[in-house]
Amino acid sequence: MYSAIVFLPLLGALIAGLFGRRIGAAGAQMVTCGAMVISALLSMLALYQVGFLHQPETVQVLRWIDSGAFEVDWVLRIDTLTAVMLVVVNCVSALVHIYSIGYMAHDPHRPRFMAYLSLFTFAMLMLVTSDNFLQMYFGWEGVGLASYLLIGFWYKRPSANAAAIKAFVVNRVGDFGFALGIMAVFMVFGTVSFDAVFAQAPAMAGKTFNFLNWQPDIMTTICLLLFVGAMGKSAQFMLHTWLPDAMEGPTPVSALIHAATMVTAGVFLVARCSPLFEFAPDALAFVTVVGATTAFFAATIGLVQNDIKRVIAYSTCSQLGYMFFAAGVSAYNVAIFHLFTHAFFKALLFLGAGSVIHALSDEQDMRKMGGVYKLIPATWLLMLIGTLALTGFPLTAGYFSKDAVIEAAYAAGSGVGQYAFAMGVVAALMTAFYSWRLIFMTFHGPSRADHHTLEHVHESPMVMLAPLVLLAAGALFAGMAFAGPFIGEHSGAFWGKALFVMPDKHILEAMHHVPGWVKWSPVVVGFAGLLLAWQMYIRNPGSADRLAQTHYPLYQFLLNKWYFDELYDLIFVRPAMAIGRFLWLRGDGGVIDRFGPDGIAATVQELTRRAAQLQSGYVYHYAFAMLIGLSAITTWYMFSGGAH
Amino acid sequence: MIIQAMAFYLFATVTVASAVMVISVRNPVHSVLFLILTFFNAAGLFVLLGAEFLAMILVIVYVGAVAVLFLFVVMMLDIDFVELRQGFLNYLPVGGAIGFILVLELILVLGASSVIQVPEGMAASPAPPLGEVTNTEALGRILYTDYVYLFQTAGLVLLVAMIGAIVLTLRAREGVRRQNISDQVARTPALGMELKDVKPGQGL
Amino acid sequence: MTPDAFVPPNLLPALPEILMACGAMALLMLGVYRSHAPARVVTQGALFVLMAAAALVLLQGGARVETFSGGFVSDAFSRFAKILILLGSGVTLIMSQGYLRREHMDRFEFPVLVLLATLGMMMMVSAGDLISLYMGLELQSLALYVLAAFKRDSQRATEAGLKYFVLGALASGILLYGASLIYGFTGTVNFVKLAAIFGDDHAQPGLGLIFGLVFLTAGLAFKISAVPFHMWTPDVYEGAPTPVTALLASAPKVAAMALFVRVMSQPLLGMVGEWQQIVVFISIASMVLGAVAAIGQKNIKRLMAFSSIGHMGFALVGLAAGTEEGVQGVLIYLAIYVAMNFGVFGCILAMRNKGGQMEAINDLAGLGRSNPMMALALALLMFSLAGIPPLAGFFAKFYVFLAAVHAGLYVLAVIGVLASVIGAYYYLRIIKIMYFDEPAEATNWPMSPPLRLIVAGSSLFSLFFFIYPMPLVTGAATAAAVLFK
Repeated sequence: MYSAIVFLPLLGALIAGLFGRRIGAAGAQMVTCGAMVISALLSMLALYQVGFLHQPETVQVLRWIDSGAFEVDWVLRIDTLTAVMLVVVNCVSALVHIYSIGYMAHDPHRPRFMAYLSLFTFAMLMLVTSDNFLQMYFGWEGVGLASYLLIGFWYKRPSANAAAIKAFVVNRVGDFGFALGIMAVFMVFGTVSFDAVFAQAPAMAGKTFNFLNWQPDIMTTICLLLFVGAMGKSAQFMLHTWLPDAMEGPTPVSALIHAATMVTAGVFLVARCSPLFEFAPDALAFVTVVGATTAFFAATIGLVQNDIKRVIAYSTCSQLGYMFFAAGVSAYNVAIFHLFTHAFFKALLFLGAGSVIHALSDEQDMRKMGGVYKLIPATWLLMLIGTLALTGFPLTAGYFSKDAVIEAAYAAGSGVGQYAFAMGVVAALMTAFYSWRLIFMTFHGPSRADHHTLEHVHESPMVMLAPLVLLAAGALFAGMAFAGPFIGEHSGAFWGKALFVMPDKHILEAMHHVPGWVKWSPVVVGFAGLLLAWQMYIRNPGSADRLAQTHYPLYQFLLNKWYFDELYDLIFVRPAMAIGRFLWLRGDGGVIDRFGPDGIAATVQELTRRAAQLQSGYVYHYAFAMLIGLSAITTWYMFSGGAH
Repeated sequence: MIIQAMAFYLFATVTVASAVMVISVRNPVHSVLFLILTFFNAAGLFVLLGAEFLAMILVIVYVGAVAVLFLFVVMMLDIDFVELRQGFLNYLPVGGAIGFILVLELILVLGASSVIQVPEGMAASPAPPLGEVTNTEALGRILYTDYVYLFQTAGLVLLVAMIGAIVLTLRAREGVRRQNISDQVARTPALGMELKDVKPGQGL
Repeated sequence: MTPDAFVPPNLLPALPEILMACGAMALLMLGVYRSHAPARVVTQGALFVLMAAAALVLLQGGARVETFSGGFVSDAFSRFAKILILLGSGVTLIMSQGYLRREHMDRFEFPVLVLLATLGMMMMVSAGDLISLYMGLELQSLALYVLAAFKRDSQRATEAGLKYFVLGALASGILLYGASLIYGFTGTVNFVKLAAIFGDDHAQPGLGLIFGLVFLTAGLAFKISAVPFHMWTPDVYEGAPTPVTALLASAPKVAAMALFVRVMSQPLLGMVGEWQQIVVFISIASMVLGAVAAIGQKNIKRLMAFSSIGHMGFALVGLAAGTEEGVQGVLIYLAIYVAMNFGVFGCILAMRNKGGQMEAINDLAGLGRSNPMMALALALLMFSLAGIPPLAGFFAKFYVFLAAVHAGLYVLAVIGVLASVIGAYYYLRIIKIMYFDEPAEATNWPMSPPLRLIVAGSSLFSLFFFIYPMPLVTGAATAAAVLFK
C-alpha cells in the first residue's frame, strides 16, 4: 500500500509525460487524476493505521548506494508525521489535479502540465517518506526541480522564466546549507540514516569541534546548517524573495507548491529532526526568531500589495513563520497542526483566487476588481470561508491552530518566546486586515473593471468548484476534528516516536494554563483587523489612499517589499556579474584560452596529422611497428633490469 | 659421445644455414626446397634427442604435406619476387637494427641463463624412460587423458579452419554443366524425345 | 607395463563450453545437410545455444573449480566475463540480421563461426594454464579472421581479413615464444604452480623470465589492440562488415582483457613490479593515441576503432593498479563499454541509403531533425563514451582512475584524465554534426524493431546506470576478489 501511495503519482507522471501526445490531454488528465485520487484515499487509510492504530512501518525498496562506509537504503518510513504529510500532500494534490482540468482547459500543453504536477507530487512524497538524509535530499531537490518547471511552465513569458530561475537560485543557497548539514551529519555520526543518527544524538550534545581556533557546538552547527536549507525551501526571512515571484506560475501550482506542500518542507524537516534540534537550544532560539520575524515582516508587506496572488503569497510566507516559531519553542505538534490546517485554507484561497482570475479574464490586480460578489456568489462564499479560517475566526480550522501557535509561544516562557508571541499577535492583526482588504477590494464596493471584462464574468465550472468545496469543508472542520489527536491531551500517543521533545519540557501542559487574555488576543485582533479593513475600504473608501499619502516613505518601503530585491541586486547580483565579466574577458579569454585550450588544440591537431600518417595501410609497416614496440620494451628491461 | 656431438653440430649448422637460404635465395622454388632441407635437419635434431615420434611427424606432415603444398602454390602463383623486394633495401637499416637488437638480447638471455631451478616434480608430465615406453605411446597416454581438453580444442580449431576455407572460396557457380550419371542412366526415351505428327504440306 | 588408471575429468565446470561446441557442430550439420533451410533458422538456433550457455553459466555458482588437470578453471571471474561475452555475441548476432540479408551474406556459416569464436573466448577466460590460453585464443582468432573476410566479394573486407590474419599470426608467434620462455625457465605452464614460483620472494626472476613476460604481454596486447600493437585495428574495423566490427569491438575485447587480467594478476602477481611498467606504458600510449588519432577520422567505423583503442587504454589503467580494486574497475569498465558499443553500432548499422551502407561521419548531418530519437540516443551514447557525468561512461572511468590513485599511480591517472578530455572532442563533434550541420541529402533511416530495442536499451542503460549501479559493482567486486585470494 505504501509503495502504491508513493509510486502511483510517478506512474501517472511517466504516462502523461512520455505518452501525452498519444493518449491526448483528456487521457493524461484521467491517468494523473485517477492515480492521485487513489493515492489520496490510500494515504487517509495510512493515517488511520499509523496515527490511530499506532502501526508505524518501514518499507524497504532497495539498497541504493553501497560505497565504503557509506551505505544508503531506499526505505519508505511511515510514521505519524509522514502519514500526516501524506494526507496533506496527496489530498491537496488530488484536488489541485482535478481543479487544473478546468483551470487549464484552454492551454495546449495540458499533458505536460499534468505530468509536472504528478512528478512534483512524487518528489514531495519521496521527501516526506524518506528514512535518511540522502533520500530526503533527493526529494528535496526533486521538488525544487518540479517547482522550477512549473513556475516556468509558460516558458514563453520572460517574467515566468526569470521567476523560475530566481526560485531555483535562491533555493540553491538554502540547499547548499542543507547539503553541508548532511555532510556534517555523516562526518559526525558516520551514517545518514535517521534512526541511527537520532539514537546517537544525545551523546553528541554539548560537544564542540575546532574550526579556525574557534569552538562551535557540533549539534548547533548541524542544526543551523539544516535550518538554512529549511529557510530556503520555506521562504523564510532573507531567503523569501523567490516566493512572491513564483506566482508567475499557473495558479493551481501556487496552490499546490507554494501554499500547501513544498514550502512546508522546511517545517517538516525541523519536525523530523526534532531529536537533533532538541539538543541544540541555541539553534531552536534562532528558529524561533527567524520564524517570528518572518511572520511579522511578510504580513507588513502583505498590507499594501495589489496583486491578489501576491497578497496570498506573503500571507503564506507569514504563516510559515508561525509554524517555525511554534517549532522553535519545541511545540512541533502544534507546528505540524498549523501546517495541516493551513494547507486546506491556503489552498482554498489560492484556488479561489484562481477562480476569480479565471472569471475576470486573467486580471490579477485587485485595483481593477470589486463588486463582483453577486456575479460569482459561489466563489465569493468559498473565499469568505478561506478568509475566516485564515484570520482565525472562532471554530474554523485556523482558529484552533493559530491560537495554539500563539499560546505555545507565550507558554514557552523564554525571551525569544515572548518576542514570538508579540510578533505573532501583531501579525495576526495585520493578517486579518489584509485578508479582509482582499475580500473587500475584490468582491465589494463599486466595480473598477471595464465593462468588457464585466460582461464576461462567469462562475467557474463544477470541475473547479468541487475541489474548492472539499477544501472549504477542510478549512471549516479540520481544526475541530483533529485538534484532539494533534495537540490535545493524548497527542503523545498519536505521534508515537515521530516527534521528540526533551522530557523536562512541558509546553503542551503550559499551553493550557496561559492567562485568559493570551487565549483571546488572536480572536480580538482578528476582529479588530476586520473592522479596520471595513472602515478603510467599505465605509470610507478614500481613507486608505490618504493614509498612504501621509506616510509616503513607509508606504513605499512596504510596497517595495522592504527593498530586499534591490538590496540583493546591489550586494550579490551586480558584483557577481562584474566578477564574471572580468573573469570571462580577462581571465578566461586572455590567459586560459590563449595558453590552454587554444594552444593545446593546435598541438593536438598536429599530433593527429602525424598519427594518421602512421596508419599507412601496409601490413609490413604494421608488423614492423609491433616489433619496434616489442624490442623497445625488452631493451627497457635490459637496462632497468626489472624492478627488483 | 663424440659422434653424437658431431651429428648435432652437423644438423644444427645445416638447419641454420638453410634457414638463411630460405629467405635469401632469389628463386622461390629454391626457397621452398631449402625450407624442406631445414625441416629434415630439424627432424634429425629430434632424433638425437630421442624424440623419434616428433621427428617422423615433422617429416611426414611438414615435408610430406605442408612443404609440398607450398611448392605447388609457389609454382602456380608465379610471384614476381624481384618486385616484392624493391622496398627491401630501404628498410634494411632500420629493420636490420631492430633485428640485431632482438637477437642480441635473446643471446644475452640465454647467456646470462639465470635459470630458476625447476623444483622436483614440478614438470607437468615427466617423460618416462625410453626403455620402458616408446615415445609414441608416452605421448598418446597423456594426449588422450590429461590433455584431452586441448586435443578437442585443437580439433575445433581445425574445424574452424575448414569452415573458413570453404566459406571463403567455395562458390556455387551459375550456369555450369555437370555430369550427373544417375540422371543419365535414368533417362527414358519418353524423356529424351517428343514425337510429333507432321501433316504433309505443313511445317511445324 | 600398464598405464596408470585413467580418471575421467570432471565435465561439469565446462558444461557451457561443451554445450557451445556441440551446438555449433549440430547447427553446422543442419546448415550443410538441410541446405534449403534458411540461414535465419541457424541464427535462431545459435541464439538459443548462446542463451542456454548463459543460463548454464549463471547456474554454476560457488567457489573456484578446476578440471582437465588444471587446464580449465571456473570461478566468479570467468563467469562474469563469460556472461559479458555471451551477451556481446548474442546482441551482435541479433543486430547483424538486417545487414546480412541486405548484403546477401546471410549464410549459415556466419552464426556457426560466431558461436565457435564465442567458444574460443569462453575458453580464454577460463584458461588455467598457458596451453589452454593459447588454444582458446587461436580458436577465437581464427574464427574472427574468417568473419572479418566474410564479405568475400568486397576487396576491403578480404584485405581486412588478410591483414588481421597475418598480424594476428605474428602476435600469436610472439605470445607463444613468450610462453615457451616462461615454460623453459620454470618447467611448468600451470597458473597455480607459476604463481607459487613467482610468489616466492627469494627467487630473483631472471632476465629470461622477464623476456617471456614481455613477449606474452605483447601477444595479449595485440588482442586488446593496445598501442603499439594496435595498428591492425583501424583497417580491420573499417574493412570488415559492420556487424563483424561490432562483434570485434565487444566480446573479443572482453575476453582478451579478462585473459590479460587473469594472467597478470594470478600467475604473475608476484612479478607485479615488472609487468606494471609495461602495462602503464601501453596504457598511456593507447589512451593518448586513441584520443589524438581519432580526431582526424572521417569514417565512423575507423573512428570507433580508435575509440576502442583509447577505451582499452583506460581499462588498462585499472589493471596497472595491480589491486583488487583495479581489477574490479576493469570489469566494470568492460561491461559499460560493451553496453555503450551496442548502441553506437546499432546506429551505424541503421545508416544506409539505397546505395548501401553509409559510413562517413558527415552522413550524420541533420540527423537531429530528420530522426530525432536516433540522434538523441546517439548523442547520449557519445556523451557517455566521452565520460560526461552522470552517464555510465563516467563511472567506468571513475572506478579505474580511483583504483590508480589509490595505488599511487598519480601520473597515470592525470594523463588518463587529460586523454579523456582530448577524446571528448571527437565524440562531441559527432553531436555537433548531428544537430548543427546541414544535411547533404535527406536522411531517413528506419530501424528494424530489434535494432531499435538494442539502441534504446543501450542508451537508457548509459543514462540511468547511476541510479542503481549496485548489481554490476558488486558482481565485479566478487569476480575480482577470486583473483586475489
